[in-house]
Amino acid sequence: MSSAVKAVLTKPIIAENPITMQILGICSSLAVTTSLNVAVVMCVALTVVTGFSNFFISLVRNYMPSSIRIIIQMAIISALVIAVDQLLQAFAYEISKQLSVFVGLIITNCIVMGRAEAFAMKNPPVVSFMDGIGNGLGYSIILLLLATIRELFGSGSLFGMEILPLVANGGWYQPNGLMLLAPSAFFIIGFVIWIVRTKRTEQMEKSEFRLAAHTIQEAAH
Amino acid sequence: MAFNKDSVSGTIKVALIVCVVCSIFISSAAVILKPFQVENKILDRNMNILIAAGMYDPALNSQAEINSLFAEFTPRIVDLNSGSFMTDEQLNELGIDVQSYDDRSVLSDPDFSDALPEEDDIADLKRRVRYATVYLVEAADGSLQNIVLPVSGYGLWGTMYGYLALEGDGNTVTGIGFYDHKETPGLGGEITNPRWKALWPGKQIFDANSDVALRIVKGNGSGVHEVDGLSGASLTTRGVGNLIEFWMGPNGFGPFLTNVKQG
Repeated sequence: MSSAVKAVLTKPIIAENPITMQILGICSSLAVTTSLNVAVVMCVALTVVTGFSNFFISLVRNYMPSSIRIIIQMAIISALVIAVDQLLQAFAYEISKQLSVFVGLIITNCIVMGRAEAFAMKNPPVVSFMDGIGNGLGYSIILLLLATIRELFGSGSLFGMEILPLVANGGWYQPNGLMLLAPSAFFIIGFVIWIVRTKRTEQMEKSEFRLAAHTIQEAAH
Repeated sequence: MAFNKDSVSGTIKVALIVCVVCSIFISSAAVILKPFQVENKILDRNMNILIAAGMYDPALNSQAEINSLFAEFTPRIVDLNSGSFMTDEQLNELGIDVQSYDDRSVLSDPDFSDALPEEDDIADLKRRVRYATVYLVEAADGSLQNIVLPVSGYGLWGTMYGYLALEGDGNTVTGIGFYDHKETPGLGGEITNPRWKALWPGKQIFDANSDVALRIVKGNGSGVHEVDGLSGASLTTRGVGNLIEFWMGPNGFGPFLTNVKQG
């Protein structure tokens, strides 16, 4: 694999992570991270869809009339998402019931659209595929981190296996109910972004303006 | 003439090709995967019947046991108007096969279902089937041990489908389970939460006058006729209450349960 392709694959994992750097795909990362099982399936589904949608969109990018290009991208992405949803219903019925609408909502996930428009429209298919997979992996890393923290402290378990014995089952751990609610994912994402940007200062956004010094003398009262 | 993708005809051509290719792709995926999905749905329905009857615990039993456990059930068709079991001759006449009869798919068929007058339509169902499948479990001595009844009613976003299991007396609840609903995940969707369902066993449907007395209340339900509602899901809870009132009442399984009680 050439170094350029490798960079496209690995950069989105931390340096240009779609969630912490680009702040995309937050909605689904709140909704599907209460348990690791569900998060893993969501990660696989999103990575596959992003990879293949980038691939197919890049394949036809030179034939896309510019006036309807977003619609064509949507059609390709939706077709892939529906196929993934059907596959889950056929082979992972329990998990597809828990993911419910969120598989369908991959269609509107900003990461998929964003990568299609920003990368696949300008680059050849194989590199675009790698970019899609890379961004999917970047999304997955954050999702799995969130799900690990939330499931461990919210339900005292990982992958449904009890790790911290709950008070309700005769153990000592009183589960933190906040972890199972959406706001906790916001807090954790916030902390993750804080840590990443402290380590990698180049990610910090420059202030858009500075307050100018006060120059006019106040009228005396 | 070179292909100009940005001309009007070029745009239409590309749009058409994309549509055709995508639709072929999606429909073949749907057709190929259909048998697996149907199988999953039936397995899920059978599992919910078993859970409602208290014979299956997802934490203890494995999926592979569903079919063997389900074999203990005898499906029978009940004529809801008279409340009695249908005989084989009646079933043959109507062309009903007990194993494949699907209450939900005949709901739009005027030969098998009736429109409900508005004042009777407590659970907001619009139509009701004439013949319903019930699942019976017999104890070793041949007496009736469990009755599992299909129930449905409108919640907040859509119709909720589930099963209510009663003991052989036709009065005491063994369990309840919903296998298909569109309620908000985390709020109304909690009707599938095992902790909420655990409130149901032991409750009684009818009072001493044989009227439907089971209610869903706010706060801790006390006594055998009250179940604690779900917080944050008042409308879903009301829907479940209406569903019980309708299906246990005279237009639902009321006549059938009266027959059961009389033996």
